[in-house]
Amino acid sequence: MIHTLETVIREHPFFHDFPEEHLSFITGCAKNVQFPEKHFIFLEGDPADEFYFIREGMVSVEMVIPHLGATTVQTLGEGEILGWSWVSPPYRWHFNAKTLKRTRALVFDAKCLRAKCEEDHNLGYEMLKRFASIITSRLDATRLQLLDIYGHND
Amino acid sequence: MATMIENEVPQGLNADPMIPQLYRVDRVRDETDDTFTFSLVPENGEAKISFLPGQFNMLYVFGTGEVPISISGNPALTSVLEHTTRSVGIVTKAMCLLKPGDQIGVRGPFGSHWPLNEENGRDLVIISGGIGLAPLRPVLYFLMAQREKYRKIVLLYGARAPEDILFKKELERWRGKFDLEVQVTVDRAASGWRGNVGVVTPLVARAPFDPSNTVALLCGPEVMMRFAVMELQKRGVPHDRIYLSMERNMKCALGYCGHCQYGPGFVCKDGPVYRFDQIVSVFGKSEV
Ligand SMILES: Cc1cc2nc3c(=O)[nH]c(=O)nc-3n(C[C@H](O)[C@H](O)[C@H](O)COP(=O)(O)OP(=O)(O)OC[C@H]3O[C@@H](n4cnc5c(N)ncnc54)[C@H](O)[C@@H]3O)c2cc1C
Ligand code: FES
Repeated sequence: MIHTLETVIREHPFFHDFPEEHLSFITGCAKNVQFPEKHFIFLEGDPADEFYFIREGMVSVEMVIPHLGATTVQTLGEGEILGWSWVSPPYRWHFNAKTLKRTRALVFDAKCLRAKCEEDHNLGYEMLKRFASIITSRLDATRLQLLDIYGHND
Repeated sequence: MATMIENEVPQGLNADPMIPQLYRVDRVRDETDDTFTFSLVPENGEAKISFLPGQFNMLYVFGTGEVPISISGNPALTSVLEHTTRSVGIVTKAMCLLKPGDQIGVRGPFGSHWPLNEENGRDLVIISGGIGLAPLRPVLYFLMAQREKYRKIVLLYGARAPEDILFKKELERWRGKFDLEVQVTVDRAASGWRGNVGVVTPLVARAPFDPSNTVALLCGPEVMMRFAVMELQKRGVPHDRIYLSMERNMKCALGYCGHCQYGPGFVCKDGPVYRFDQIVSVFGKSEV
């Protein structure tokens, strides 16, 4: 079965109940991309002008720590959204994103979306609601990681 | 609170459940640097071991003390009893020093069990963290023998680091052998690790199961289970199809002493495996 971009977007839980009138604009901002294994999708400090829906594969969100090298803080896989630094200034990536496997994704032109959200606050609110929920989940997950819930007998 | 066990539950080998039965350590296997699995055999070699997945025994390290430890072995084996223990304190550290040939006291099996015969025909999602995989290992043995009873089976497992993953070889074998989707994640990893990094609960959102026809089994740190329940709720799994294994300090394991009180009941009798709708009013409350 061939999935059009619009179907893929419409069926993604992120866009559940998204107002019909904005869907074609969102679809216009998206395109399919593929990355080979060990490819840097973006680098810390670079402009954050897009975000991604991972359709297949795995991406490591990592940071280079002196003496430790590249350290993965989180991995993201099928169905997950990569990148929310485009939402708030200074619009620069805070981490590196590197593929651990061949990865297929939808990339969204966030620069264009950001401008549209400034113009149309209804769209801006719908997008922010959804990204706030992702940010909350990631914050919860980070807190659990920090709690070291499995404990250890050091 | 009503007990979860409506059907026949195995009783201990002794007539008096307060008196430990003498077992011998037959084999010790190191799972990680602080976790080990004992294979125990009854000193009275004729006794037949019988338990249901999810139940626990009280293990008595002579001269030190007694602790509740879930049974982690294959429920189909009647001659050997397996327990996987993480050494955290006085008793478990003393237990860790026992060697093959040493004796240990065993009371049990006690408590409720996972609903393996009651929930057939559905997808099964198992969410576990840390040592929480040990009480679920008998479930995996059961499923290996009776794979046809469930549709999709998904195991989501979180550990602190790659070197803390329990039953590594078995996980690989089960994944390859009987159509089990296994997703393992670690909280932190060095650069050589090629698997998932992050806590286990976000894996629920993307795990391949049908929420309208799924039963979920959860075992791990309580805070992990709280977040796992939230993720299951978000996906629409009803409360009466979520089962959790709870832990509280124990002494008698028989519902006499009150040490393991949990809400209006006792974990040793009414649990450790609870159906979520039966504990929803007390679950996650810090004063309970
Ligand atoms: C029904 C049930 C099943 C269990 N199954 C298993 C199992 O299969 N494998 C296993 O390794 N453990 C299991 N436990 C936990 C185990 O009983 C405890 O780790 C043990 O009682 C600790 O005793 P200790 O004397 O070694 O530690 P203590 O000296 O009593 O405590 C030392 C330290 O460990 C911490 N601690 C004590 N109990 C726990 C606990 N339950 N969880 C986390 N930290 C704790 C204490 O807060 C303290 O910091 C189970 C508990 C219950 C109630
Ligand atoms: S341990 Fe005594 S009542 Fe449960």
